[in-house]
Amino acid sequence: MLHRRDARMKLLALLAVLVAVATTQPFGLVTASGFAALLGAGLLISRLPVTGVLARAAVVLPFTVTFAGIAWLAGEAGRAFALIAKPYLSALAVLLVVATTPMPALLAAASSLGVPRMLVLVLQFLYRYLFVVAEQAQHMWVAAQCRGAALRTSHRAGRFRAASGTLAVLFARSYEKAEGIERSMLARCFDGRIRLLAPPRLGWRDLALLAFAAVAAWSWRWWVAS
Amino acid sequence: MSVLIQASDVRYRYDDGTLALDGVDFQLEEGETVALLGPNGSGKTTFVLHLTGLLQGSGEITVCGMPVRKENFAAIRAKVGMVFQDSDEQLFLPSVLEDAVFGPRNLGLPADQALAHARQALEQVGMAWAVAKAPYHLSAGEKRRVALAGVLAMSPQILVLDEPTTYLDPPTQRELIRLLKELPQAKILVTHDIAFAQALASRAVFFERGKVAALGAIDEIARRYDWRL
Ligand SMILES: Nc1ncnc2c1ncn2[C@@H]1O[C@H](COP(=O)(O)OP(=O)(O)OP(=O)(O)O)[C@@H](O)[C@H]1O
Ligand SMILES: [Mg+2]
Repeated sequence: MLHRRDARMKLLALLAVLVAVATTQPFGLVTASGFAALLGAGLLISRLPVTGVLARAAVVLPFTVTFAGIAWLAGEAGRAFALIAKPYLSALAVLLVVATTPMPALLAAASSLGVPRMLVLVLQFLYRYLFVVAEQAQHMWVAAQCRGAALRTSHRAGRFRAASGTLAVLFARSYEKAEGIERSMLARCFDGRIRLLAPPRLGWRDLALLAFAAVAAWSWRWWVAS
Repeated sequence: MSVLIQASDVRYRYDDGTLALDGVDFQLEEGETVALLGPNGSGKTTFVLHLTGLLQGSGEITVCGMPVRKENFAAIRAKVGMVFQDSDEQLFLPSVLEDAVFGPRNLGLPADQALAHARQALEQVGMAWAVAKAPYHLSAGEKRRVALAGVLAMSPQILVLDEPTTYLDPPTQRELIRLLKELPQAKILVTHDIAFAQALASRAVFFERGKVAALGAIDEIARRYDWRL
């Protein structure tokens, strides 16, 4: 369902939801449940693996839990809750769009919505870069396993040293790979503009998606505020 | 015979100080196939990267009469198809077909024509069955062939192939030789595979420490340097 919707409308809907989540006051359990329900509905119609997406959205938590903890200790329980709930719901919304839209389509949509080309290029580069890093990490892990890495360094300090050394090499190698990829794209006449196979077409369903997400998120915001 | 590529006194130093090219002269004529031979690290890859301005050192290079300069990059890269030593660097789109379409689309072909070119090129290299596959799930030899298709789909006038036979099994190597013989383009083959080079090229250029140490008939060069297994 969500996969086939126009990437531009998905981005705009995402923007509407993100701004609503960020600006709604007060942000208690009830408020959060409203947004969660909206995102939950999106998750259901997207047919994505629910637990997987919920777990992946949690990657933002380590960054926010610290601040929430400080707010909690300062006796501001409400603020602590908002500090955890807002980033988590935002991450969920972003994941919902990213997981249902191929990256090239997403980037093309971003640039057609007026996002500066440089920013789109950087995003695209980051995306490729992440993919490359993950692959390199896997190769190096396999190579290390083959040489019996687990056997030799069982104590923690040794493992840490090996890991940090590996990380440095991983980044150097990934950087070189990314450079190579850039080069091969240029060799095939890439000029920074992403050209999709099929030009995106807007249907009523795409507009309905945007209207629904925006109206739901913003009426909830007004209702909570009043 | 017209000259397609003319390079003179090309020098290049990498950021870490390695002098990779130390005054290279080179010429490629229409319709010919030239093998670039030479030991590991002698500068062959570095040199071919200069042909499309992917690296820029000092010296003078012209491709089809155009100096390799920024304002000509687009036209030159449309004429020179490069297949890289590492296919993983070349295949970065989510599916084989999308990757093969990438070049033709960048040339400005409309989607249906670009698709037709891509499919035909994949057919030529025997990879049409894999259109929907993710390139990173292919075997090394299959990746090689898809990378070649991505370049053939752009119908370049000159083909530059950096180590095209690595990872290919013997029948696939034979198939590649047959395919390359049929293609009318002028070709530069960077390779350590001397049998492959002898099957296709008449002329060879031998690199050594960033210089052209010798050039001439491939059999003569191979004999002089004892370049065989
Ligand atoms: N990115 C780089 N940074 C620094 N030095 C490099 C880089 N790439 C290559 N070199 C060095 O430049 C020299 C020429 O390398 P090049 O890759 O052109 O050799 P080659 O003839 O293609 O070798 P091979 O047959 O092994 O592919 C080598 O000494 C190499 O170590
Ligand atoms: Mg090389």
